[in-house]
Amino acid sequence: MAKPRLSVDGHVDLARNDGVPFDRAVVDSVRVNTPAVTRRAASLPGRRSVKSDWQAAWLARTVSMIDLTTLSGDDTPGRVRRLCAKALHPARPDVLDAIGLPDLTVGAVCVYHDMVPVAVEALDGRLPVAAVSTGFPAGLSPFALRLREIEESVAAGAREIDIVISRRHVLTGDWHALFEETQAMRAACGAAHMKAILATGELGTLKNVMKASLVCMMAGADFIKTSTGKEAVNATLPVSLVMMRAIRDYGRLSGFKVGYKPAGGVSKAKDALVYLALLKEELGDRWLRPDLFRFGASSLLGDIERQLEHHVTGRYSVAHRHALG
Amino acid sequence: MSVSEIFESMAWGPAPESRAEADAWLDSHGRRFGHFINGKRTKPGETFATEAPASRDVLAQVTQGTAADVATAVKAARKAAGPWAAAADHDRAKVLYAMARGLQKHSRLFAVLETLDTGKPIREARDIDVALAVRHFYHHAGHAEIRSETMPGAVPWGVCGQIVPWNFPLLMLAWKVAPALAMGNTVVLKPAEWTPLTALAFADICDQAGVPPGVVNILTGDGATGAALAAAKIDKLAFTGSTEVGRLLRRETAGRAMGLTLELGGKSPYIVFEDADLDGAVEGLVDAVWFNGGQVCCAGARLLVQEGIAEEFLDRVKARMARIRVGDPLDKAIDMGAMVHPAHLADVQARLAQTTGVVHQGRAPEGCYLPPTLVTDLHGADPLMQEEVFGPVLAATTFRTPDEAVQLANDTRYGLAGSVWSQDIDVALTCAPKIKAGVVWVNGTNMLDAAAPFGGMNESGFGREGGMAGLRAYLRPAAGKPLPPVTVRDGRGPSDAVDRTAKMYIGGKQARPDGGYSRSVVGPRGPVGEVGLANRKDLRNAVEAAAGAKAWSGTTGHLRAQILYYLAENLAARAHEFDARLKAQTGGAPEAEAAVRHLFRWAAWADKHDGRTLGVPVGGLAMALNRPLGVIGAFAAEVHPLIALAQVLGAALATGNRLVLVAPETAPLTATDLYQVLDTSDVPGGVVNILTGTHTDLAGQMGGHMGIDAVWSFSSADISAVIEREAAADLKRTWINNGLGRDWDAADAAPFLAAATEVQTIWVPFGL
Repeated sequence: MAKPRLSVDGHVDLARNDGVPFDRAVVDSVRVNTPAVTRRAASLPGRRSVKSDWQAAWLARTVSMIDLTTLSGDDTPGRVRRLCAKALHPARPDVLDAIGLPDLTVGAVCVYHDMVPVAVEALDGRLPVAAVSTGFPAGLSPFALRLREIEESVAAGAREIDIVISRRHVLTGDWHALFEETQAMRAACGAAHMKAILATGELGTLKNVMKASLVCMMAGADFIKTSTGKEAVNATLPVSLVMMRAIRDYGRLSGFKVGYKPAGGVSKAKDALVYLALLKEELGDRWLRPDLFRFGASSLLGDIERQLEHHVTGRYSVAHRHALG
Repeated sequence: MSVSEIFESMAWGPAPESRAEADAWLDSHGRRFGHFINGKRTKPGETFATEAPASRDVLAQVTQGTAADVATAVKAARKAAGPWAAAADHDRAKVLYAMARGLQKHSRLFAVLETLDTGKPIREARDIDVALAVRHFYHHAGHAEIRSETMPGAVPWGVCGQIVPWNFPLLMLAWKVAPALAMGNTVVLKPAEWTPLTALAFADICDQAGVPPGVVNILTGDGATGAALAAAKIDKLAFTGSTEVGRLLRRETAGRAMGLTLELGGKSPYIVFEDADLDGAVEGLVDAVWFNGGQVCCAGARLLVQEGIAEEFLDRVKARMARIRVGDPLDKAIDMGAMVHPAHLADVQARLAQTTGVVHQGRAPEGCYLPPTLVTDLHGADPLMQEEVFGPVLAATTFRTPDEAVQLANDTRYGLAGSVWSQDIDVALTCAPKIKAGVVWVNGTNMLDAAAPFGGMNESGFGREGGMAGLRAYLRPAAGKPLPPVTVRDGRGPSDAVDRTAKMYIGGKQARPDGGYSRSVVGPRGPVGEVGLANRKDLRNAVEAAAGAKAWSGTTGHLRAQILYYLAENLAARAHEFDARLKAQTGGAPEAEAAVRHLFRWAAWADKHDGRTLGVPVGGLAMALNRPLGVIGAFAAEVHPLIALAQVLGAALATGNRLVLVAPETAPLTATDLYQVLDTSDVPGGVVNILTGTHTDLAGQMGGHMGIDAVWSFSSADISAVIEREAAADLKRTWINNGLGRDWDAADAAPFLAAATEVQTIWVPFGL
């Protein structure tokens, strides 16, 4: 097991996942019963609820775990700077003061490689920059170039790299190939944290999601992430439940804590709270920190801002009362 | 705690549901209630308090129903019964639909009242109890609408007494009231002593829905009120509650020619195979045994886990238990609320204190609460493995093979429910129907729906609630005419030169009577032969033989049809002989031809008593299978004895049952002559066993024999009451004639099929 190191938000109890040797038996032992998963996911929102101050605190915690993201072909330095400003000041100062969290920021900013230098400069070391990499979103560019892309992004200052896996390895059951590919990417990341995007919407079954999760963790992923945001189906609660359980199982076999990042599809404050409830239930409080959990989201923050203002004023708010991200 | 502190701790906070509306409703009645009789609330009589177990505060005073109150309510129900039964289907349906709508409109009030009165979490009351109750009324509004199409010629029982328990007060009310009304009955319902409030609130719904006065009557009180209701002049009694009380009610109603359905206790197995989704199965346990604090008749309280994964699985269970939140039932984020009553809490604690197993527990606050509990290292004889605890207590043990899992699962007097967890379709679908229980869930637990029959096997009771099978419980079987008295002629001397003393037929062999006594069979023209007199040991031997012929119940319908056709053929070949023998014994007209025809009918039915797939709102399948009962003991009819034998034997065998038949007293040789036909027709030994003897001597023995699953009586002897009374010992099914005859030559399979099989509902949720 690796030595504890200082993690993103200062926790020292977290040993970085160094991975474990590929173990086919772990993959083969996977069993997922979809109706049972669906039932758990469907009933959870009715079983857990946070109100008033607790709701405000949980929403603030959600903000602190957002990877504020822009991944568009029309991104420009100006657009990215504005996003970074929002990342550092995610809500109106009067609202943040009222809840006693004036220094609240999001977890990180997530951009394409070309925008990394702009973001790094804009954030000035106050927040990490995450870069999507490895031929995002399809992951079908030449393998050497995919590794090279990681290295370039790290060199440009990205502290987190969101890689995409080769879905074909999952769909053809070539788990060893997936392991080796992911391991190579992890090596290319060096000190930067690697989030492995599974593109769960393209993996066909929850069983494949669980297997792919385990293989990526065995290969050393620091986080496993659902989606690029570009698939037809992105993060869902059932998929999240399966991936959280994979993280738990991997923890049991390796001793490492691996992070989780649902991406795409979570745009409402209320939905975000359900994810946190599931996280708290399935993995425990330790995961409710930005070093082990992130939301990949672009529009979620706006909804949370309105909810926080409502908490402070008692009046429902509208988007134009909050700064655009 | 400030927001910033919570931001650090990320603790759960309070999420209270308001009780203001419920309190306002209670206040509007001055927190004192009478009964609801003939469409009106009566003045409170002598009252007792109903309390909230979580806070211990008195919610209201309710009236202790007296025998006079019961009589008034039954009278009102009787008066309303005729017009309600005669109402058009559509008119009854509209009322049920209005009841569904009414419950739905006031759903939160009912949920909060239920939570206050029972201590169950508001989440369950809201999402399960009330939601399913609403669904039950909607579903049965539909059954009312199409009754003439689905149940042509159906006749309701009339006045139904209904006694419901404290664990799901409103839901059990719905399960009782909706089908009864849909089929045209009127009801007198008694909610449990500890939890009367939602039933009292339901009176408002009846009022608003336009339920005619007297159609629904609600009477509060304790067990004495229930006993008075059971003793009243009602036509049918439906009870949900403990096996102990169910047994008393079986005895109380014996011989009264009334309908009875009992939904009783259980100790349901929860089987986890090594290839199961373990986390799914752990989560299932939360819904199986910690749902409603384990105060659930179908709770999966016996965990059977395959040995190789037992340690890992139990570790996961313990970790999950640690996250179960026990506390204020009105908190929306509580998993387990209060136990229903301090007396019940004490009872569960006492049972727990006696176990020899290792007890693991989660956390619970002080007060009327219990933590989720797991007991491991138990041996099979530990009371926790055998007896219903009705609390959040999971008893765990291990098994090695699928066969052993099934064997352990069935090692119980109960038979209410079961769960099988495996991702291997062969393991799951092979084991599920082998569990002797009325409901089995594959990779799931506690799925309930109005369209899916629910009810027990063995000592978990009889009768079904929900679906088409549930409607049958509220329809009166066609009545025959009173049977004429029968005289068994006395006489002595040989009938012909060669002695022909017919023996018994047990396990495919002829057997002399254990007691060594015989009697003459004397026809109108003198002695015809002799038969042995069976005693309790002969009965024991016959039941053992029938038990040993278990393979018959697993044969295909096609094979059973072949054998019944063969039997019919061989009987046809000897038709004259049978007719002559019948004439010699009773002077009766020929029956062999008709008997052959009925055997052909039953051969035809052997592969056609299909189950149903059910229209339940889940992805996957729910199936209602018609399962044979096992061993049926039957007393043969004296009227048309050969046709009756063909009907009884045909029905029992076609549906996969084994039979212990007591020959007609006036024509015993007609039954004993069948041996040779059975022998030559490939009927396996033990499938049919024939005893000769006096019905009155054997009736009590048959009723009380624990190895017999059902007793049928078509006897002319007055034995119906004793059979029903003795059957209370193990709550076996009975189909008795109450001294009435039937048209034996009618082609009416339905009552035979219903009596020879019981519905097993198997849920197979699936999906990708």
